[in-house]
Amino acid sequence: MSEILLQIDGTEVKAAEGMTILKAAQSAGIYIPTLCHHEKLEPYGACRICVVEVDARGRKGLVAACLYPVESDLVVRTRSEKVDKTRKILLEQLLAHAPDAPALKDLAQQYGADKDRFAKESSFCILCGLCVRYCAEVKKKNAVGFVDRGASREINFVPEIASEECWNCKECFPLCPTSYLQAAYHLTEALAFPRAALKPASGK
Amino acid sequence: MARINSPAELEKFRKGILSKRDPHKPCIAVCTGTGCLALGAAKVVTAFKEEIKKKKLGTKVDVVDVRETGCPGFCERGPIVVIYPEETCYLQVQPGDAEEIVSQTVLAKKVIDRLLYVDPTTGEKIVRESEIPFYKNQMRHLIGNNIKIDPKSIEDYLAVGGYSALVKALGQMTPEQVVELVKDSNLRGRGGAGFPTGKKWEFTRNSPDQTRYVIVNADEGDPGAFMDRALLEGNPFSVLEGLTIGAYAIGSHEGYFYVRQEYPLAVENVTLAIKQAEECGFLGKNILGSGFDFTIRVHRGAGAFVCGEETSLLMSLEGKAGEPRARPPYPAVKGLWGKPTNINNVETWANIPLLINNGAGFLTSIGTEGSKGTKIFSLVGKVNNTGLVEVPMGITLGDIVYKVGGGIPGGKKFKAVQTGGPSGGCIPEKHLDIKVDFDELKKVGAIMGSGGMIVMDEDTCMVDVAKYFLNFLTGESCGKCSPCREGIRQMLKILTNISKGKGREGDIELLEDLSEATRDASLCALGGSAPNPVLSTIHYFRDEYEAHIKEKRCPAYVCKELISYHIDPDKCQACMICLRKCPAEAIAGDKNQIHIIDQEKCTKCGTCFEVCPSRFAAVRRISGEPVPPPIPEEARMIIRESKGKKK
Repeated sequence: MSEILLQIDGTEVKAAEGMTILKAAQSAGIYIPTLCHHEKLEPYGACRICVVEVDARGRKGLVAACLYPVESDLVVRTRSEKVDKTRKILLEQLLAHAPDAPALKDLAQQYGADKDRFAKESSFCILCGLCVRYCAEVKKKNAVGFVDRGASREINFVPEIASEECWNCKECFPLCPTSYLQAAYHLTEALAFPRAALKPASGK
Repeated sequence: MARINSPAELEKFRKGILSKRDPHKPCIAVCTGTGCLALGAAKVVTAFKEEIKKKKLGTKVDVVDVRETGCPGFCERGPIVVIYPEETCYLQVQPGDAEEIVSQTVLAKKVIDRLLYVDPTTGEKIVRESEIPFYKNQMRHLIGNNIKIDPKSIEDYLAVGGYSALVKALGQMTPEQVVELVKDSNLRGRGGAGFPTGKKWEFTRNSPDQTRYVIVNADEGDPGAFMDRALLEGNPFSVLEGLTIGAYAIGSHEGYFYVRQEYPLAVENVTLAIKQAEECGFLGKNILGSGFDFTIRVHRGAGAFVCGEETSLLMSLEGKAGEPRARPPYPAVKGLWGKPTNINNVETWANIPLLINNGAGFLTSIGTEGSKGTKIFSLVGKVNNTGLVEVPMGITLGDIVYKVGGGIPGGKKFKAVQTGGPSGGCIPEKHLDIKVDFDELKKVGAIMGSGGMIVMDEDTCMVDVAKYFLNFLTGESCGKCSPCREGIRQMLKILTNISKGKGREGDIELLEDLSEATRDASLCALGGSAPNPVLSTIHYFRDEYEAHIKEKRCPAYVCKELISYHIDPDKCQACMICLRKCPAEAIAGDKNQIHIIDQEKCTKCGTCFEVCPSRFAAVRRISGEPVPPPIPEEARMIIRESKGKKK
């Protein structure tokens, strides 16, 4: 693998070809906030909180650090007026759904995001997809998935799979930034699990 | 049909077809595109066939043909019938007209006046199709053949010179030469972004992986747009031929048509065209003896707007949910199943045979500095001649609206043109003289898009327009990335509030902030362009937004929550028309009693306003001011003078 030299926040950073900006930044100890990113999962690029400003081939713009591959001589700014303004409004939009999620509250403080800027629409889910992707990519079970598209998009457990697989796994629970996942699971368990598949509460 | 194994065999076959065709023999061409079919074209075709049978014209001597063709574009006036060789064009033809057309026009060579196009300004009747102003001001290189061929017949396509470009490309050009030619022509992708086609082909061709794919993007999802549908329904072979040439140039042996399921006729005609092309040897192994192999499959899309975005299309084609993936890597490097893939829009592919046959200069001689060739638009909305138009790049917007489109109906005032579909922008009157091409449209805040063009008159509310498109996008965004999903959601909420009179100071600025984040931070072009309807309407019609927010007034009288209807007691003649027509039974009155609208019951449908005789014009629209109180009961009686006596 050839080595690539790029500049992040004024610092020269060495990275391997194929690395993302996020990886390169992390290896150099530069912090970029993320919500939908997870070490064990394929980069997804949905929350866009990791947007950074880049100058690449004469073009200046925002890119998602978790997806964008490093290039030599790439100039990256992880904080700028534009980056901060974008992260702030994205956080405010997500806070309309999950105003009390700790991860969002922490970031909101950093970026001065106002949780009341947009009318509450408490779905409690920010659709980061960590649960869906963890179940698909790591556990390879697909017990939880996305349903519908656009503004109607939501996560849902598939009762037939979840009733078989989830009761002794639940590895996705701690990944959820809002705890909505647990609620969705219990709701599915109570309302839609096939009767015969219900496991005793003790787990045995 | 016998397989054709060489260019020589093809020419022999073509000659055979042409020798059986007498150019002087009458032919009744009936458009059977989706638009005309909806207007009853199938019955018209049946009527013609029966008439010919009845008159025994088809049995003893084959003296007249009936040809079911693709869409020539003048959908507004369908079903369209053109009689050859005279090229007599009849509009809005009904099955009952068949007898007269056959006996008068086909046999007696007489023109039937009442079926002709009448120029609304001069009152002149126009016989020949090409002389109708709607057609005269177009340049129909791509859709011109639609009315001349039966899209279900490869023989018809061969009769108009079809597949000569493929012969030339395979026989006389190297793949590199084809790519160079396309580059020299400066052809830019017709799907919306306008990326140089030749460059795209070169990228894919230069990818080291030998397995490459070529794809026709026929996922035309813009509301009101039907350019690609008309090409696929009307002349699928031209797209097939273009794709085959592209595959040869790029070094691909497998291609896909990604067509939306909502286009059943396009799917049918494309599938049939592929089958016929396979039988003739224009697809499959060793095409025309050149050693080049190429097969095509049709994939039906499930109707998601976002699948017109190329990476979502690829996901969908792979059997996954139609959601975009990040670029880079671009499809030219890592596309379908991770292999280099070249995706072009239907119209782009349809340009290729023309280029090969006529050279790069054919395209570069038409258009502007940066945009060459012609572009098909679906011209719809408040314009006299709605339909499909193909015009040279660089034609002014005003010429499209007034010369081709015939201006605004009903003496109304022009307000704006919305171009580029849901992600496009609204262009106001002051920019009617701009030259329509990729770059100029962008400069005024709109986009070429795939060619949607919606004309709006003074009765259109620009806040309502922005709301309409955002409402479309909120359901069509895939919902994966938050700036697009949440940004559109919030913008739609704000626009809805504004249209309901709940707009607040600062809403415009908030819309601008949201637009910026959605535009700059979204994963794909859907989000990247979604704020265009909002930004362009704010830019050009800010006063309308302000009227809604500050004065709770809708200047175009569209937003129902902000308007009222009121009957002027001084003008009302108690004619009972509005009272009878009101679907909400909200109007009270009697023969000699001035009518009053019950504002509580009124649904603001506007029926009373429309039906009140213009000589009275008693019904008034009110916005931004209170409705006057109803006149006292005792003042409502009308004392009429009739025949000189007082009643």
